[in-house]
Amino acid sequence: MAAAISYDDVEVGTELPARDFPISRATLVQYAGASGDFNPIHWNEKFAREVGLPDVIAHGMFTMAVAIRVVTDWTVDPGAVEEYGVRFTRPVVVPNDERGATVHVTAKVAAKLDDNRVRVDLTATADDQKVLGMSRATVVLA
Amino acid sequence: MALDPSFVGRSYPPGAVYEVGREKIREFAEAIGDPNPAYVDPDAAKALGHSDVIAPPTFAFAISYKAASLVISDPELGLDYSRVVHGDQKFAYSRPVRAGDRLAVTSTIESVKSLAGNDIVQIRGEVHDASGEHVVTAWTKLVSRAADTAESGNDTNGDA
Repeated sequence: MAAAISYDDVEVGTELPARDFPISRATLVQYAGASGDFNPIHWNEKFAREVGLPDVIAHGMFTMAVAIRVVTDWTVDPGAVEEYGVRFTRPVVVPNDERGATVHVTAKVAAKLDDNRVRVDLTATADDQKVLGMSRATVVLA
Repeated sequence: MALDPSFVGRSYPPGAVYEVGREKIREFAEAIGDPNPAYVDPDAAKALGHSDVIAPPTFAFAISYKAASLVISDPELGLDYSRVVHGDQKFAYSRPVRAGDRLAVTSTIESVKSLAGNDIVQIRGEVHDASGEHVVTAWTKLVSRAADTAESGNDTNGDA
């Protein structure tokens, strides 16, 4: 499976192109339908507040899905991802307004491994606060 | 309430087979806003060496979590599902999930512990295709928050 990025062209510290991912209430409803996760904390403000949340929050799996795009846009072939893990450290609050929320994702090569593999460490923030921890992927390069 | 540690290592056999369809992958890719042609165009997927369109990396969660819910709702385990938040998630792929796959998930309880009143359970879902080949393993850590706190997210120190 051909990745567009060559192992020989990257080094520890190489930064992947960073990206912003806007999230609105409509995004969450669409993700609920596609993923089958209809937990009302992701679309019902009243319910979210009743269980102690400040407002509706994004699905953690949605945040995980957009964060890895920084890697798959870089490799072109999403099949280059061999391992991917995150810790959900803080919910992404999505207010019901024009602005919604934005997840900002950065990533860099943290280690060069055997067999053309690299470890990529990711950071994801919303309102300048980390929303994912221990976020890393193992990727096969060309 | 503390979970029963004797559940560690318990496995749950596969339930109904999950058949992966092109349109479901397209719907998922659109929902995460990802225009990568490998998810929607069979020719683009083939050019990358895949036999059909492939699914985004986190698509596997929908499959593994369906199987994990059987574990979570096992009344003998005693997890308070109404207080559950997602703590950690990890995937290890032998190959991407692709259209046409008929997938079966075997779930195993990898660890249970109680920490500061929170019940923490880690479930491993092994996903295999119809020929029995491994496709992906999904590890899901769920935290059932202590009843007397109302914090959002979680503050566990569990290992990944």
